[in-house]
Amino acid sequence: MNLYLFQALNGIGLGMIYFLISVGLTIIFGLLNFVNFAHGAFYLLGAYLSYTAVVVTGNYWVALIIAPIMIALIAWVCERTLIKRVYHLPHTYQILVTLGVALIIQELCVSIWGPIGKHISPPDSLKGVFQLGDFFYPQYRLFVIGFAAVVAILVWLLLDKTKFGALVRAGSEDAETVSLLGTHTHRLFSITFALGVGLAGLAGVLAAPIRGIHPFVGPEILGIAFVVVVIGGMGSFTGALVGGLLVGLVQSLMTTIWPQGASLMIYGAMAFVILLRPYGLFGRA
Amino acid sequence: MSELVISNLHSYYGKSHILNGINLSVKSGEIVTLLGRNGAGKTTTLKTIVGIVKAQQGEVVLDNENLEGKEIFEIARRGISLVPEHRGIFGILSVEENLKIAINKNSPWSLDDIYDMFPRLKERRKNGGNALSGGEQQMLAIARALVNDPRILLLDEPTEGLAPVIVDEIVRILHQIRSAGVGVLLVEQNLSVCEKLADMHYIIELGEIVYQGTQAEFSNQNEIKNRYLAV
Repeated sequence: MNLYLFQALNGIGLGMIYFLISVGLTIIFGLLNFVNFAHGAFYLLGAYLSYTAVVVTGNYWVALIIAPIMIALIAWVCERTLIKRVYHLPHTYQILVTLGVALIIQELCVSIWGPIGKHISPPDSLKGVFQLGDFFYPQYRLFVIGFAAVVAILVWLLLDKTKFGALVRAGSEDAETVSLLGTHTHRLFSITFALGVGLAGLAGVLAAPIRGIHPFVGPEILGIAFVVVVIGGMGSFTGALVGGLLVGLVQSLMTTIWPQGASLMIYGAMAFVILLRPYGLFGRA
Repeated sequence: MSELVISNLHSYYGKSHILNGINLSVKSGEIVTLLGRNGAGKTTTLKTIVGIVKAQQGEVVLDNENLEGKEIFEIARRGISLVPEHRGIFGILSVEENLKIAINKNSPWSLDDIYDMFPRLKERRKNGGNALSGGEQQMLAIARALVNDPRILLLDEPTEGLAPVIVDEIVRILHQIRSAGVGVLLVEQNLSVCEKLADMHYIIELGEIVYQGTQAEFSNQNEIKNRYLAV
């Protein structure tokens, strides 16, 4: 029983990481109708930047704050110089361009940090285990669940309760009408892109002490993020949360029940959802 | 006082020449109609003024400032508000959110003023935009333009498809808007509405202005009405 509880908690933690990656992807798609194949690479770069920040400062908390902010800044520069030029092109061109960006980031990571993976430790204060009766669980993993939940609430408040969020939602419906109301939509796009990609960077930082940092993990992460977005529904915040948790739980529990098929079952879950609801659980037609 | 002056405006959709040298002007506190058959270029004129369609030739000047080459949002910020024919209500936003994203602090209309003017919108302020009837959507679209601090308001067929009582309501509101000193350029098929409201009429045919006259001049021009406006 404890094993299943352990795996369920692992699944929730993994699911929250997947949520952080996917929510940016889905909002960028919803608002800008833009397919970002570089999303997984920014997750990777976030993890590596946190590694360097930990090496330089010796402090995980500094890395947790600085690395996502740097990722958001890099994404902003990337959007201003390159990405904005391909918004009006068909998705195939967007995929080619962002795939190129992803490969450049990946190879830069290999050049800077080497082809062999890196590892960072959780902060000292979270190295212990949490104990309840005869059940033990690593403190850092609980922290990830809690921290990601706080971020999820903040993102939800931002999208649902602020003028910025209302503009993002309005823009995903009809960007031209938003600019007719006097909003600088290009700036709205840049900020949203930077925020969405920054969240993927944050996911990379949070996951690094659990999963290690491997230079070729970008495409796998991107694939899972797309599964989450398809399950949840393109452009939906709730969809990214529910989809992320679903995929995390399926993957984690299947690792116990049927290890060989754990990855397969993620795609099985996606196929099942698409059969029942072609636009995803929370998607709009 | 504001004045929008359009001179010798030429616009294209792809290779088709839609506007062929349009001249007209709208001043504060004045309602001007742009009449004409479907396909004459009325909507294109409005879209060119706000920058959705780029003019190939000619000028759009607001208070001596040429708006050529300006982005849509820059033109909007200078006080030209378009209420498009499709109304542009955001269905996934509530009525109040639809208004809030447009609020400009300088506007003479606050959210409370708007709710006094449109009690129906106040009742429905928590509802989603997609839950509104056509008339409510039109009122919300006009209300949203008003909180955006318009100096010149462009309306594209605001009474289209609406019940007569709602049309009367919109006529009443347009009177209020004019009294507040906003200039209105109205594209409208409903001639009786236009004659009730307008100070000045322009008729457009195949992308050119073929008639202009004040309401007093226009009212007994049956030959003109038959030639250019009869279906």
